[in-house]
Amino acid sequence: MTDFIHSTAAELAQALESGAASSVEITQAHLDRIAAVEGDVNAFLHVNPEVSLTAAKASDARRQAGTAFGALDGVPVAIKDVLVTTDMPSTSGSKILEGWMSPYDATVVTKTREAGLIPLGKTNMDEFAMGSSTEHSAYGPTRNPWDLDRIPGGSGGGSAAAVAAYEAPFALGSDTGGSIRQPAHVTGTVGVKPTYGGVSRYGAIALASSLDQIGPCSRTVLDAALLHDVIKGHDRHDSTSLTDQWPSFAEAAKNRDVKGLKIGVVSQLDGEGFQPGVLARFHESLAMLEANGAEIVELSLPSLEHAVAAYYLILPAEASSNLAKFDSVRFGLRVTPEGGGTVEQVMSATREAGFGPEVKRRIILGTYALSAGYYDAYYGSAQKVRTLVQRDFADAFSKVDVIASPTAPTTAWKLGEKLDDPVAMWRGDVATIPANLAGIPGMSLPAGLADEDGLPVGIQFLAPAREDARLYNVGGALEALLHEKWGGNLLEKAPVLAGGAR
Amino acid sequence: MAKAKLMDYDKALELFEPVLGFEVHVELSTETKMFSAAPNNFGSAPNTNITPTCLGLPGSLPVVNEQAVRYSISLGLALGCEIAPSSSFARKNYFYPDLAKNYQISQFDEPIAFEGSVDVELENGRTFQIAIERAHMEEDAGKLTHVGGSTGRIQGAEYSLVDYNRAGVPLVEIVTKMIEGAEADAPELAKAYVATIRDIVISLGISDAKMERGNLRCDANVSLRRRGSDKLGTRTETKNVNSLRSVERAVRYEIQRQAQILEDGGTIIQETRHWHEDTGATSAGRPKSDADDYRYFPEPDLLPVVPDPALIEELRAALPEKPAERRRRLKAEWGFTDLEFQDVVNSGLLNEITETVSAGASPQAARKWWTGEIARLQNAAAEDVSIDVTPAQVAELQQLVDEGTLTDRLARQVLESVVAGKGSPREVVESEGLAVVSDDGALIAAIDEALSAQPDVLEKIKDGKVQAAGAVIGAVMKAMAGKADAARVRELVLERAAAL
Repeated sequence: MTDFIHSTAAELAQALESGAASSVEITQAHLDRIAAVEGDVNAFLHVNPEVSLTAAKASDARRQAGTAFGALDGVPVAIKDVLVTTDMPSTSGSKILEGWMSPYDATVVTKTREAGLIPLGKTNMDEFAMGSSTEHSAYGPTRNPWDLDRIPGGSGGGSAAAVAAYEAPFALGSDTGGSIRQPAHVTGTVGVKPTYGGVSRYGAIALASSLDQIGPCSRTVLDAALLHDVIKGHDRHDSTSLTDQWPSFAEAAKNRDVKGLKIGVVSQLDGEGFQPGVLARFHESLAMLEANGAEIVELSLPSLEHAVAAYYLILPAEASSNLAKFDSVRFGLRVTPEGGGTVEQVMSATREAGFGPEVKRRIILGTYALSAGYYDAYYGSAQKVRTLVQRDFADAFSKVDVIASPTAPTTAWKLGEKLDDPVAMWRGDVATIPANLAGIPGMSLPAGLADEDGLPVGIQFLAPAREDARLYNVGGALEALLHEKWGGNLLEKAPVLAGGAR
Repeated sequence: MAKAKLMDYDKALELFEPVLGFEVHVELSTETKMFSAAPNNFGSAPNTNITPTCLGLPGSLPVVNEQAVRYSISLGLALGCEIAPSSSFARKNYFYPDLAKNYQISQFDEPIAFEGSVDVELENGRTFQIAIERAHMEEDAGKLTHVGGSTGRIQGAEYSLVDYNRAGVPLVEIVTKMIEGAEADAPELAKAYVATIRDIVISLGISDAKMERGNLRCDANVSLRRRGSDKLGTRTETKNVNSLRSVERAVRYEIQRQAQILEDGGTIIQETRHWHEDTGATSAGRPKSDADDYRYFPEPDLLPVVPDPALIEELRAALPEKPAERRRRLKAEWGFTDLEFQDVVNSGLLNEITETVSAGASPQAARKWWTGEIARLQNAAAEDVSIDVTPAQVAELQQLVDEGTLTDRLARQVLESVVAGKGSPREVVESEGLAVVSDDGALIAAIDEALSAQPDVLEKIKDGKVQAAGAVIGAVMKAMAGKADAARVRELVLERAAAL
C-alpha cells in the first residue's frame, strides 16, 4: 500500500496493524499533500511537521514493541483550531489569540493522543466559530476543494476541506448550529454532531456553551464512528458531560440493516427554500432506504419556524459572556491606546482591534438580548422556543427512530456572495440548528451532486439524545447503497487539485 | 480626607429611625476552590494556586465543589433557612481585571438557602431576631494591588498587579431582610450580628472567619427614615469594614453623616462607600443604582445543584449547638465572671479554652494562659503569623505548674520554647533543664552558703526579723538560676536559721 492519502482511517489502521505501512510514512505522505495543496485550499492555520513526525516515530516504536495504544495508533488527525493544544498555537480563527499557546490540552485532544493519533495541524475556521463559510476567519478563507471559488462551509470549513482534499483522513470539529454538518454537506464529506454532553467540551474555546459539541469529520461513516469512539465519554472537567456508557459506534456503522427503521421526514425542512438539486438527492436517498426496508413517516415540527430566530438570540447571548474573557489582561493580544490608557481603555482598544465584524455583531446582539428590560422579550422568549423545539422532537421521536432532512438548503455558494447579508447566511442554518437547540445528535453524509451545479449535497439524520448509534446505523447503510451506485466514494468525482497525486 | 459634618448621635436618633441591612460574605475553608481543583490556601506566593479555570483561560470550564455545597447547606441550616431542593448558578457579567472571565459565577434567582433568622444578643440583654432573606454560593475575585499612587487605590496608580490565588475561592453571601426597630442600638446590633455570623461559621468549622484577612466581609446598608414618616430613605452600602469594631463605628458614622445631610436639606446618594479605619470615616465609592445591569443569565456550563434530601438531614443532625446557647452553657460551667467571659468571647478563644479544659486544665488556668501570656506572644508576633501552641500543650504546661515542677515564671519560659517549636512542655523542661529544683539537699547547701556569706542577716532572722530573709532567698534563687520554688526556699531559710 502506497496511496496513503486516499485511504480511509480504517484502511490506514489496517495497514499499520499488518505492518504494510509505518506511521512516519503515512504522516509524511499527508504532510506532503498539505504542502502541495494548501496554497489552493488554505485548510490549515498551523502545521508543524516536526511535532507530527515526532509523534509518528513514537507511534512506530510502540507498534514495534507491541505496545500500540489501539487500532488507530499512528493514524493522523487534523484538529479544528477551536480546540486548545499544548504543542501548537490555538487561535479559534481570531487575531485576538494570534500565536497563543495553551498550557493545557483539550480533553478530546488528550484522548486522541492517548489513542496514538498523530496531530497534523490546526484547521481554519470562522472566527470563534461564528459563520457558515469560513470567510470570517481572521486568517483568510478556506476554499472548497470542489470549486476553489466557493465556500467550504463553516465554521469548520478547514476541517471539512482538509478531509475532502485528502490532507487528513479525518478531523475534529465543533458544531454549535451546524459547524460540522454544513461543511460536510458542501464538501461531500461526513460530519457528526454527537448528543450534547456525549463528548467533553473542556478545552474547546466556547462559542455558546449550551449548544457547542465536539465531533468527527471524515470521508466515510465508519471513520467518523472510529474517531467518535476515541473522543466520547464523561470528563470530570466538564459538568455537562454525560456519564453514560456508550456503545461502539464503529460496530453501529457496520450494521447496515434498516429493515423496519422508521424515518421521519419533516415538512418544514422539505420543499420551500431548498434548492431543487438538494431536494432531488434527498428524496433519492430516502427512496433507496425505503427500498431496503425502512419506513418513511411524514412529520410536522411547527416550532422549527422560530428556531433560527431563537438560536440567533441564545447563541449571541452566551457568546457575549463567553468572549468577555478576551480582555488582554491575562493572555492574547494587547492593544494600548496611544499615550497609554486605563485598563478599560486597553480592554476596549484590544477588543476593537482583535475581534472581526461578525464577532462584534454577535457580541452586541447578545449583550442587548441579555440587558435588563429586554431579557424577557429576547433571551427569555428564545428559551421558551427552545423548550418547544425540544418538545416537538420528543413528540416526533415517539413516532419515528430517526429524522431525515437535507443538511442545508443550498450547495456551496461563491466566496463573498453572502458576506453583506448576514441574516441570509444565518437562514442557511435552518436544518442544522434544531439539533443543537434540542441537544440531539445529527449526522450529515454525502447524498450526491446537485444536477444544476454539480456540487455536493448532504443528507442529515437526527436521532434522540443518547441514540447516536442509530445515526451510524442508518448512515452506514445509506452510504453503502450510494457507494455501490457511484462505484466508490463521492469525492472520487471531485476535480483534481494542483499537485494532487490522483 | 475631610470628615463630613456629623450630627450628634442622640439628636440624629431623635429625628430619624435607622434602617439597616447586611450582606456578609463568608469565605469557605474548603481544600480546593469553588469551581476548580486549585488549592484554597491563604498566603501562598502570588498566582501559584491557580488552574486554567481560575485564570479563565480559553476552553476552561467550572465544576462545582461538593464540599462547598455541603458547607453552604450547613450554613443555611444554621441560619434557620430552607434548603432549595434545586438551586442554580448564574453569570453576573461585568468587566473588571480581578475577575478572570469578566463574569462572576453566582446564584441569582435560585439560591441554595432562603428564609431564615438568627437571634442576636446585645450587651444590654436585649435579643434581636434578624430575618435572613437568602444565603447563596458564589466565587471570590482575584486581589488587585495598585502600585505607584499615594493612596493604594486605582485612581492615580501607575500600574496594578493581579493575584488570582483568591479568584474562585468559595463564598457564601448571607443577605438579611430590612432591619427596623434597632433604634439607638443600631451600631451595636451591626457589630453583634456580624459577631453572631462569625460564631456560627466557626462553630460549623467551615471558615477561618478572620475579618482582618477578609475571610468574613460585611457590607452594611444604612438608611434613615424621618420620624413620623413611613417613607424609607435612600441607602448607602459601606464596604471595607474589616473588624467588628469597624462595623459598629461605620454604622454609627453613616447615621450621623446622613442625618446631618438630610437635616441640611440635602439628599443621600445611593452609592457604595468605603470605610477608613484610620480616619474613622466613610468616603464615596462608585455610584450604585438598581439600574446596574449585570446581564444575569443561567450559567450554561453548570447543572443545577440538587442535594439528596438524606444529605440535608444528615447535615441538619450534625449541626453544632447554637453559639448563643453554647456560650450560656460554658459560662455557667466555667464559673467565669461576666467580664472574664466577655473577654474570652471577644478574643475568640472559646474553642481553645474548651479544648484546654477537656485536656485537664482548670477553666481559670486555661483562661489565664490564653488571654494572658499566649495573647501577649501573639501580639508580639508579626502580622499573619499564627503562634503555634495547642490546647493540649497548654493543659500539659498547667499540669507541670500544678505538680510543682514549674513555677509560673518558669512556665512562661517553657511556653516560649514550645511556641518556638522546641517540643512539648515536658520535652522542653527536659531538654532545657527548666524544672524547679525540688531537691532540699541542694537548696539547703545553697542556703547555708548564703547565710554564712551574710552573718548579719542570719542574726536578724534569729532575732525574729523574718522579713530580713528576703535577701537570703534572693541570693538562693539567683544561685539556683531561678529554678526553685521561692515559698519552699523561704521555709527552708527559716528552718536553717533557727537551726544554726
